[in-house]
Amino acid sequence: MTTEPIIEMRNIEKHFGPVIALNGVSFDIRAGECHCLLGDNGAGKSTFIKTMAGVHKPTGGEILFGGQAMHFDSPRDAMEAGIATVYQDLAMIPLMSVTRNFWMGREPVRKVGPFKFLDFKTANDVTMSEMRKMGINLRSPQQAVGTLSGGERQTVAIARAVHFGAKVLILDEPTSALGVRQTANVLSTIDRVRKTGIGIVFITHNVRHAMAVGDRFTVLNRGKTLGTAARGEITPEALQDLMAGGQEMAALEGSLGGTV
Amino acid sequence: MSNTDATVDERIKETSKLRKALIRPELGAIVGTVAVFAFFIIFAGDSGMFNAQGVLNWSTVSAQFMIIAVGACMLMIAGEFDLSVGSMIGFAGMSIAIISVTLGWPIWVAILLTFALCIAIGALNGIIVVRTGLPSFIVTLAFLFILRGFTIFFPQLIERRTIIGGISEAAEGDWLAPLFGGKVGDGFFIWLGDLGVIEVFSRGTRAGQPVVDGIPMLIIWALGLVAIAHIILTRTQFGNWVFAAGGDAQAARYVGVPVNRVKIQMFMFTAFCACVFATCQVIEFGSAGADRGLLKEFEAIIAVVIGGALLTGGYGSVIGAALGALIFGVVQQGLFFAGVESSLFRVFLGVILLFAVILNTYIRRIITGER
Repeated sequence: MTTEPIIEMRNIEKHFGPVIALNGVSFDIRAGECHCLLGDNGAGKSTFIKTMAGVHKPTGGEILFGGQAMHFDSPRDAMEAGIATVYQDLAMIPLMSVTRNFWMGREPVRKVGPFKFLDFKTANDVTMSEMRKMGINLRSPQQAVGTLSGGERQTVAIARAVHFGAKVLILDEPTSALGVRQTANVLSTIDRVRKTGIGIVFITHNVRHAMAVGDRFTVLNRGKTLGTAARGEITPEALQDLMAGGQEMAALEGSLGGTV
Repeated sequence: MSNTDATVDERIKETSKLRKALIRPELGAIVGTVAVFAFFIIFAGDSGMFNAQGVLNWSTVSAQFMIIAVGACMLMIAGEFDLSVGSMIGFAGMSIAIISVTLGWPIWVAILLTFALCIAIGALNGIIVVRTGLPSFIVTLAFLFILRGFTIFFPQLIERRTIIGGISEAAEGDWLAPLFGGKVGDGFFIWLGDLGVIEVFSRGTRAGQPVVDGIPMLIIWALGLVAIAHIILTRTQFGNWVFAAGGDAQAARYVGVPVNRVKIQMFMFTAFCACVFATCQVIEFGSAGADRGLLKEFEAIIAVVIGGALLTGGYGSVIGAALGALIFGVVQQGLFFAGVESSLFRVFLGVILLFAVILNTYIRRIITGER
């Protein structure tokens, strides 16, 4: 991994009034890697990725995109630059079909005279083939997203981002609400996407999920980065300790018999 | 479910055709339509309900419901309500009457100005809802009173009465009025009358003319609006945005759907539909009354719900709403033909509304797989 970072975030600060949500966070993501962002609840993970996705403007620090300073004014800007975000529960509309969800906002159209109609054939075919690439065989592209499992919904959202040319894919706790088998599916999807050269930012507070696919690990605690480690340089236990802030966690774990 | 090969997950039951048909939004309305027709063919079959005049009678009433139901349906799918539809009908009619009769301007000017005014008020409704984030229920309830108040106030102020007549005279020879108050296919009906397919008047000044001398433009407007709205909703990009805006506005915004614009446009469309209704009505009646359109907003919403739309948005069908309107028209007029006390119509409305909402909730559970 000696390639140049796609995005580099340097000393990002974000204040909400008197609250300092981020107090100097540095993070970068390269093509084809899965960079895990770990942290306990309230560590500032969500604020940080929203800054990266153009939802928040940083109070301080700089964002370099392909080596150039960047300012995103809206999520749309970030999306057009190739930064796609898959939010945990806001990704899909359950009452709409997989195809309609997949193309939402970027529907393919076919001209008939002066009128433009949705091109359902193309839309359905592409949806089916993109989903197959992710290892999911849909019963029908017209089935409602509500009938899919949580893992499958995440996969539709990921497949959509990949299809529309994402260079960086931010996954906000994609596994936190999933069962064991579905988590495994999402993790293998992450692996698949990484191999296509897309950089993945994987937000989680589950060390085991992070260790399963991560190439690098950055830990956030109380709005600060506690450091970045590459795979093999750090043990799961050390990561866990960093996240929780050390001492107390060790004591807690002892009392729980090391099961956390 | 990561079957990388083409096998089917063994835990997914093959969905039967019946179950697939069940989750169409129009299903309830189709069943209801068939049931209602069967009922009246049995109990009012020989009352004249199904001869040419009778058909024209309930078709016209159904078409009125349809016009406002189409607007309410699109808006409900986009996730909002408009309770000001009924007041808007009264307001639009009065606006046409005041501009054409009191001010004496040509009726086409009155119609166009009224359309512009109504659509602007629709936009205002939408902008307030979108900007404040308040429920559309409250915002449009306010407009229900505001518009009705003006509809009663202005004619009293200007003409010292609440009904303004003389619109028929004003519409005489106008180029635009026949688009709302005219009839089409008169030659065809004369031909049918000559053939004996439909009855002809046997005496009076119109002896020899068919009892039905054309299809009112109202019906053409209704069918046209249903067809166009259905195509836009199911076949176009904009239609997908309407579903998305009502299904989950935040998710839609994240992928770049201009949710606010879509919602405002749907409020404008609802206002447009109310204005079409009002224009057809004043030109047919020749007068505008301050009490016109009372309770129409609820009737429109009921027709839409019978048609399978969810009150929470994101799901529904224009065809279903049109069938809901048809059920309305047929039952309202059918009770009259069958000689049943007309107040029972309201009982029927309440009962069928309840059934429709329960059925819709059940259907939603099937679609989304909730248990």
